[in-house]
Amino acid sequence: MPRPMTITEKILAAHAGRESVEPGQLIECSLDIVLANDVTAPIAIREFAATGAGSVWDPTKVALVPDHYTPNKDIKSAEQAKIVRDFAHAQGITHYWEVGCMGVEHALLPEQGVVGPGDVIIGADSHTCTYGALGAFATGVGSTDAAAGMATGTAWFKVPSSLKFEVTGKLQPWVSGKDLILHIIGMIGVDGALYQAMEFTGDTIASLGMDDRFTICNMAIEAGGKSGIIAFDETTRAYVEGRAERAWTVYESDADAVYDKVYRIDAAAIEPTVAFPHLPSNTKLVRDSRHVNVDQVVIGSCTNGRIEDLRIAAGVLKGRTVDPRVRTIVIPATQAIWKQAMHEGLFDIFVDAGAAVSTPTCGPCLGGHMGILAAGERAFATTNRNFVGRMGDPTSEVYLGSPAVAAATAVAGHIALPDDLD
Amino acid sequence: MRFEGTAHRYGRDVDTDVIIPARYLNTSDPAELAKHCMEDIDAGFVAKVKPGDIIVADENFGCGSSREHAPIAIKASGVTVVIASSFARIFYRNAINTGLPIMESPEAARAIRDGDTVAVDADTGTITDITTGEVFTAQPFPPFIKGIIEGGGLIAAVRERVAK
Ligand code: SF4
Repeated sequence: MPRPMTITEKILAAHAGRESVEPGQLIECSLDIVLANDVTAPIAIREFAATGAGSVWDPTKVALVPDHYTPNKDIKSAEQAKIVRDFAHAQGITHYWEVGCMGVEHALLPEQGVVGPGDVIIGADSHTCTYGALGAFATGVGSTDAAAGMATGTAWFKVPSSLKFEVTGKLQPWVSGKDLILHIIGMIGVDGALYQAMEFTGDTIASLGMDDRFTICNMAIEAGGKSGIIAFDETTRAYVEGRAERAWTVYESDADAVYDKVYRIDAAAIEPTVAFPHLPSNTKLVRDSRHVNVDQVVIGSCTNGRIEDLRIAAGVLKGRTVDPRVRTIVIPATQAIWKQAMHEGLFDIFVDAGAAVSTPTCGPCLGGHMGILAAGERAFATTNRNFVGRMGDPTSEVYLGSPAVAAATAVAGHIALPDDLD
Repeated sequence: MRFEGTAHRYGRDVDTDVIIPARYLNTSDPAELAKHCMEDIDAGFVAKVKPGDIIVADENFGCGSSREHAPIAIKASGVTVVIASSFARIFYRNAINTGLPIMESPEAARAIRDGDTVAVDADTGTITDITTGEVFTAQPFPPFIKGIIEGGGLIAAVRERVAK
């Protein structure tokens, strides 16, 4: 009998061609997908050339997404995007999306069925951990690792130990996956899961839809985690069926698998949460934050730019208008989400409320474009990072929270709960 | 490998956004990136850093994004080694892969003060604060990782494999 293993250990063992692996072990794994974007791919392409490989190991397993500074912000970004485009075309890369099809990478890859349950995925972007929501092992790496992956189809890993987060009970109204993960990061800190895999289980997690699950795994990196993972279930099946481009494999943790630590969390005790500047772990309750006025609200990103997020925001904004001093920017994460939101009439609600609706882009999330903050300005955003200077001037501030709270904040002009608006 | 230089001291959770802000990520040219290294945490860094200098920080250095621009900017600024209590894992990988020496030593990170002269012997893992005379030992790299570093980084290893 192999030793009892966690879902993460099982996926890694299978991709390393081993019966079992254990935390701390250094292994080489075959990869299912290697991802890079318009910021990280240019370096990866330069390093790839230096390997002498000539052509990528499998042009159907490399995904290149120009999403950070596109539609091209300026001449320099246009040059970066061109390097990626030229490489994609020269290599016959099948997973390349031009503006018009492009979306924020971590919303796009699952939506397009490029990543699936049981996969091992590396991406030259820290939020690659998002795909763990599908029951996959996905982790962010640098451009050089991506280059080596593109050349060989393999990567080296130190097998992480796992932390288990068992969340049980019913979430209160206006409490979402975002509040749950902010609560966890606030509890364990930005290095609370350093080098570790974060496994989310329990009946609360099982009750959540895929969009909330993506949000939770997306922010594993904000706790320092190597990956976040949620085991495959019927919700996952409903999402990947008819979508996944490859056959998938289902793994689950053994009952007697070993964890570094098990956190038991009562979902009913979680309240709407906001992360204050300048760390995602600097969390407070929304009800204690109403004194914070904001200049801008951003609803979007790989964390909360999916259809369910837009529906929730629209539900709050319907029949209301945003505070005239709050620039409100809504960014659907992909073209498919954009189209769906349009069909559902969400854009009418946003525009009537006085919000701008953008084409898919990372844009303001990383302080790139489409909503940069001036000195001393404050934004409330559904994104995932609030580091110094993240959305603009180094003296500006970013507050992180859910789409519902973001929409309420836009209307109130200060951090607020939807119920405050009545 | 031996290094000696002046220590530039920072606290915990130094993130990649302050090491190299995203507004400069529309280039990957090391010299360009070096001009803005540490800009949002220490605007005077670029003016005071000298070739051979050392960055010292507390826990979780390099947390945040996967941008390799961060170790590239640090290396191009003239810094030879980063000593920290711990590193964020993507930064740790990136530093190894791009050839920026890093050392994990909570004791050294706690004791070394801003402006101290520090000598590092990367082979033995010995860190000496020359100003105070204190000596510390860093965690050695596992042999697998040492192999990558000594072989000239990850790309060199792949080049060898591809050639076979
Ligand atoms: S939306 Fe933000 S966090 Fe997500 S990939 Fe883009 S820049 Fe990174």
